[in-house]
Amino acid sequence: MRREVPLLICFLAGVFFIMSYFVPHYRVTNISQMANQWAIIVIAFAYVLGVANIARINFHIIQKKDKDWAYKIILVSGLVFMVLLGIGWGIKEGTVFYWFFYNAYYPMQATMFSLLAFFIASAAFRAFRVRTWESALLAVTAVLVMVGRVPIGEHIWKSFPDLTEWIMNVPQLAAKRAIMIGAALGAISTGLKVLTGLERTYLGGE
Amino acid sequence: MKDTLIKIFKALDTLDRRIIFVFIALAVIIPLEFPVNFDFSVTAPVKGFYDTIDSLPSGSKVLVSCDYDPGSMPELYPMNLSVLQQLFKKNIKVICTQLWPAGSPIAERALNQVGIEEYHKKYGEDFVNLGFKEGREVVMVSMGNSIPQTFPRDYHGNKVEEIPVMHGVTNFKDLAMIINISGGMPGTKEWVLQVQSRFHIRLASGCTAVSAPEFYPYFQSGQLVGLLGGMKGAAEYEKLVGVQGLGRRGMDAQSVSHLVVFLFIIVGNIAYFALGGKKKRLKV
Repeated sequence: MRREVPLLICFLAGVFFIMSYFVPHYRVTNISQMANQWAIIVIAFAYVLGVANIARINFHIIQKKDKDWAYKIILVSGLVFMVLLGIGWGIKEGTVFYWFFYNAYYPMQATMFSLLAFFIASAAFRAFRVRTWESALLAVTAVLVMVGRVPIGEHIWKSFPDLTEWIMNVPQLAAKRAIMIGAALGAISTGLKVLTGLERTYLGGE
Repeated sequence: MKDTLIKIFKALDTLDRRIIFVFIALAVIIPLEFPVNFDFSVTAPVKGFYDTIDSLPSGSKVLVSCDYDPGSMPELYPMNLSVLQQLFKKNIKVICTQLWPAGSPIAERALNQVGIEEYHKKYGEDFVNLGFKEGREVVMVSMGNSIPQTFPRDYHGNKVEEIPVMHGVTNFKDLAMIINISGGMPGTKEWVLQVQSRFHIRLASGCTAVSAPEFYPYFQSGQLVGLLGGMKGAAEYEKLVGVQGLGRRGMDAQSVSHLVVFLFIIVGNIAYFALGGKKKRLKV
């Protein structure tokens, strides 16, 4: 029964939610809405679980003085500090939490993502070497889209943006749609396997 | 002479990436300090975005879901501001939500900056920030049944049923359209899959440049009425709205940095072929 009960719950819940997509009757809608509210509450508890997990892993590293243990102290301190600020004094404009969000968190996260610009330039320099016909096609397309998508491309050649839009709307779109349909068929197949109990990895231990 | 050239090409072929970093940094900083203001045309996905909002009657209610965080702010915050500018200019009521936890302060700042400071709108009567709710697609579907049940209180802790702009709003049927500013997942794809296909409401998206190609099929099929892709999309949209915003100011830097990357690709390939290309490297 340890395996059969969860499998049955999974099957019934899955069938019900698939049915609720197609059946607009108010009884079905009311039950699915109630289940959605439960799910939102359970998902919110995942934050508690996440914080507890971060604390457990990092306290363990700090205790054993493993690699980068000093950075873990800063990580845990920052976590506790921001949580206390938010809970104690709120998160709206004018609070200390808000100040730290805009003057510490925002610049740091924006900086981390800004580094991508440099690494992409370096990667493009090394990756776009015309070794084969396929790599030539990739390099030429990448250059056309890269230059056509910025205003300077239109100054170089007036129809550059039109060429770029054609690449985005025809070959790119066709390939992307094919990938999306393939992925969707795969997701349907996986979903059916989970619902019918053929896929049981979520139960663990098998 | 030949040996010197070979040395030069070898150096170019294995160029230290720090040199590339310096050129990219200069390509971004110099145009920001000395703007050129290149002009540009507007593409169809951006025109569709603008025209759809322009066609809405005054007093309509629109959901703006700001699903991004500070990492994608440079691309998405300009379009967030411009979207609010067009909506408030047309006296359209704005209901704002976030599905990313770090999106709440950003959305609140955008609403205060545009709604209160620029257009002197009143919170609660002209716009409301319902705040962040965890649950991703579950929240989207739940809103399709009842928005007040999903967000019983707003970002400031007020009861949603007591907020004037929320009167008469039960679910998506009471909204004119949904605008999603998306930095990743959950974002536009999930809004299309869970909301547009199910509740058949007009949906427009502003997203990062790296995500935009993925959403072109949705625009072509009509599932998205408009698409703003990256900072270029934001700049085109600012041109239509009539503002000289952060998007347009960033275009010069983006233009020059793209050109620099293009030149490096050319230089790399010239060096590659000058050193014999694939055949000679295989012999070695």
